[in-house]
Amino acid sequence: MGNSKTVRFKIKRQASPAAKSYWEEFELPRHSGMNVISSLMEIAGNPVTRDGRTTTPVTYDSNCLEEICGSCAMLINGKARMACSALVDKLDQPIRLEPFSKFPVVRDLAVDRSVLFENLKAVKAWVPIDGSYDLGPGPRLTMQDQEAAYPLSRCISCCCCMEACPQFNEETNFVGAAAISQVRLFNTHPTGSALKRERLSALMGDGGIHECGYAQNCVEVCPKDIPLTRSIAEVGGAVMKQAIGDLFRK
Amino acid sequence: MASNPNIIVIGGGLAGLSAVIKIAEMGGNVDLFSIVPVKRSHSVCAQGGINAAKNLKGEGDSTWQHFDDTVYGGDFLANQPPVKAMCDAAPGIIDLLDRMGVPFNRTPEGLLDFRRFGGTLYNRTAFAGATTGQQLLYALDEQVRRYESEGKVKKYEHWEFLSAVLDSKGVCRGICAMDLRSMEVRIFPADAIIIATGGIGAIFGRSTNSVVCTGSAQSAVYQQGCYYANGEFIQVHPTSIPGEDKLRLMSESARGEGGRVWVPKTPGDRRDPKSIPEKERWYFLEEWYPKYGNLVPRDVATRAIFRVVYEHNLGIDGKPMVYLDLTHIDRKILDRKLEGILEIYEKFVGDDPRDTPMKIFPGMHYTMGGLWVDFNQATNVPGIYAAGECEYQYHGANRLGANSLVSCIFGGFIAGPNAVRYARNLQAAPSNGHFDSERKRQDEINAGLMKAEGNENPFRLWRELGDLMTKDCTVIRYNRNLHQADGKLCELLERFQRINLSDRSLWANTTVAFVRQLYNMLQLSRVIAQGAAARDESRGAHYKPDFPDRDDKNWLKTTKAYFAPDADEPKFEFEPVDTSLIPPRARRYDVAK
Ligand SMILES: Cc1cc2nc3c(=O)[nH]c(=O)nc-3n(C[C@H](O)[C@H](O)[C@H](O)COP(=O)(O)OP(=O)(O)OC[C@H]3O[C@@H](n4cnc5c(N)ncnc54)[C@H](O)[C@@H]3O)c2cc1C
Ligand code: SF4
Ligand code: SF4
Ligand code: FES
Repeated sequence: MGNSKTVRFKIKRQASPAAKSYWEEFELPRHSGMNVISSLMEIAGNPVTRDGRTTTPVTYDSNCLEEICGSCAMLINGKARMACSALVDKLDQPIRLEPFSKFPVVRDLAVDRSVLFENLKAVKAWVPIDGSYDLGPGPRLTMQDQEAAYPLSRCISCCCCMEACPQFNEETNFVGAAAISQVRLFNTHPTGSALKRERLSALMGDGGIHECGYAQNCVEVCPKDIPLTRSIAEVGGAVMKQAIGDLFRK
Repeated sequence: MASNPNIIVIGGGLAGLSAVIKIAEMGGNVDLFSIVPVKRSHSVCAQGGINAAKNLKGEGDSTWQHFDDTVYGGDFLANQPPVKAMCDAAPGIIDLLDRMGVPFNRTPEGLLDFRRFGGTLYNRTAFAGATTGQQLLYALDEQVRRYESEGKVKKYEHWEFLSAVLDSKGVCRGICAMDLRSMEVRIFPADAIIIATGGIGAIFGRSTNSVVCTGSAQSAVYQQGCYYANGEFIQVHPTSIPGEDKLRLMSESARGEGGRVWVPKTPGDRRDPKSIPEKERWYFLEEWYPKYGNLVPRDVATRAIFRVVYEHNLGIDGKPMVYLDLTHIDRKILDRKLEGILEIYEKFVGDDPRDTPMKIFPGMHYTMGGLWVDFNQATNVPGIYAAGECEYQYHGANRLGANSLVSCIFGGFIAGPNAVRYARNLQAAPSNGHFDSERKRQDEINAGLMKAEGNENPFRLWRELGDLMTKDCTVIRYNRNLHQADGKLCELLERFQRINLSDRSLWANTTVAFVRQLYNMLQLSRVIAQGAAARDESRGAHYKPDFPDRDDKNWLKTTKAYFAPDADEPKFEFEPVDTSLIPPRARRYDVAK
């Protein structure tokens, strides 16, 4: 476990997308309030491994440091989660840091998660307004409607749900829970619902919603507690209904 | 020139995205550059809300009141016509965001709910749970994604702006940027560019800002000839959660919803705060400012906390901290209105603020100063526009809570169309040689860094910079210290020449990017330190005990710094403030204004 005055890290390094990965160990003095990102910052200030070898600072993504920008997702002790809110005191040592396994590695702990942004384009995750000029207030919403939409709108695009999902892989091309949940959000918005049919259509076929096996791994890792299985069930139902309707309309 | 001009927008926070939307709507083509994917910009951090005088609470609020509060809160340093225009536009901006699907909190009738923020007596702040910034940024991001899928916008994420490309007449013709993965330096021509690169928190080491808020882009164009205005006005937020890596903000909405700031009356009182009886607590803000109480503006609250901690020695446990207490408020109300921000405290400190008073202390938060712009958001360099926190226009000497988001969106809405209009009338450049020479200059900087054989670690140099700036250039300022600080900045710049890159690889090298930012931070720090030293008065966030009063006779003017390349340091000019709409009056919060 290392002594309690220090913290040990095992970090998986990889110099470039094509390079081979390897592990490096670091040992830092322990102080109160440390989290994984503050530890990586400390390593950057003194990039020396546990066995005294000088190395390069670790590459990782981060920005807000308060678990709202969605940048710093990685595998910490094997679990998909946000590094900035991973308090060192609450982690078993040595703390193992690895990049996400289902996204292309850029370098070290940084991966390319642009697939989610592409998926959001595919499902038209926006409200189709006429223009940005002043057209008066939006539709009235009850407090209940706002309270139903708000939890869904808190998704930070971190991709933890996709990393943890057994169905999310190259074979299935599955869009993943986050995009499906956004479909639910926009389909329930009074103006957003104008694109409901197109969104549901985008979730049919290859990589669509039927790939989900309801394993529920996604809900367990979501840092924002988004009711993903509920979203998947609701959207799944709507997709099914539309598909059957389409069949009869043919 | 082109009727469908090419505009480059640098930065995809609220300001940048607002500009992009307007440009795309006008038929322009946009290249959008951002260090982080735009959806991960610092604007997501805003928690509290956005101001607009919609007057939906029967209080008789008006856009004029909003204007007056903003100018008064800013201690009369802002030029008034653009502030008025912003306040007039704010209700329409809220409506637009509402139409875009922002899940603003609602009243029982289904209308937008508003809360009260600091520096006003009206409920004027619209909010979406405790994640207003995230919700607003996403709404704009979604509209931009729509334009992107229509081919009107091209995003360059994980690209860093390095410099503007200026032709032989000093007109901006594009930018030089670096791919943060391949480290390739490339030139991008444009008819006009808009800088929307946000705040400068990293200059102070630890702040409430996000990691990429370094001010590096602003500093780069300042070193290329843009004026930087009112740099000395730095807002320190009264309530942040002290931390190793960052000072996490406890939003003003905690006080807006009834949070009370206090310390035990006995120094070093070690009792559990809940067991300290009312009469042994000192609610110093309520006592000193009976009219505004806990909701005095930020500079006033910050200095009050400093006084209690450093002059009365009443910090909790003798440490620089005071209580911010919500425990008297019903849990359900707290969960409904503040859940997100309370979660932050729980997550990063480990205590539940519904049960235990929070421990907070002031932290660097916002820069009122920034690139100088005219009322069209144009800098003094033709073809360079600026919007958002990176420019200086709307907040004078002190920004009111929830006024930044609205100024970012409004600024973007002004900058975008003006850049398009400018571009439509632009004459062709006399030649094209400037592109190559600028790229060469940037390549040489990178090559120089890669070769550097010194012994200075850039990350440690940065910590020193942060500590220096926080100590001497924030809440309380003395001329002697400011001059010394500037001297130390020169030393740091010298040591920068002996920097050692611990990473020399040519792929996704974050150290190279950081070192470049560090240099720009050092240059901009001198603008802040020297600007503060020059201004011998106290106004808004700028406070000098040796000159405790506002001095309108000598200092009702905008500081404009420009870079003198030969001297390698800032020079200063001053410009009168446009106070044509509201005559300056004394600013005080112990009574109603
Ligand atoms: C914790 C916190 C809470 C806040 N809460 C509120 C609130 O409740 N209400 C309110 O009104 N204000 C609030 N503010 C202030 C407000 O959030 C900011 O002022 C505002 O979001 C700034 O927006 P922006 O668009 O100017 O910049 P940002 O959102 O910071 O965006 C800057 C963009 O520029 C890009 N960028 C930067 N440098 C470069 C470069 N060199 N090359 C390429 N791209 C670059 C970044 O990637 C990013 O996309 C808060 C601030 C903080 C720190
Ligand atoms: S329920 Fe299971 S299969 Fe479906 S998205 Fe979630 S993790 Fe994947
Ligand atoms: S749904 Fe949750 S886990 Fe998935 S991207 Fe959004 S916030 Fe992350
Ligand atoms: S750095 Fe933003 S979520 Fe961790």
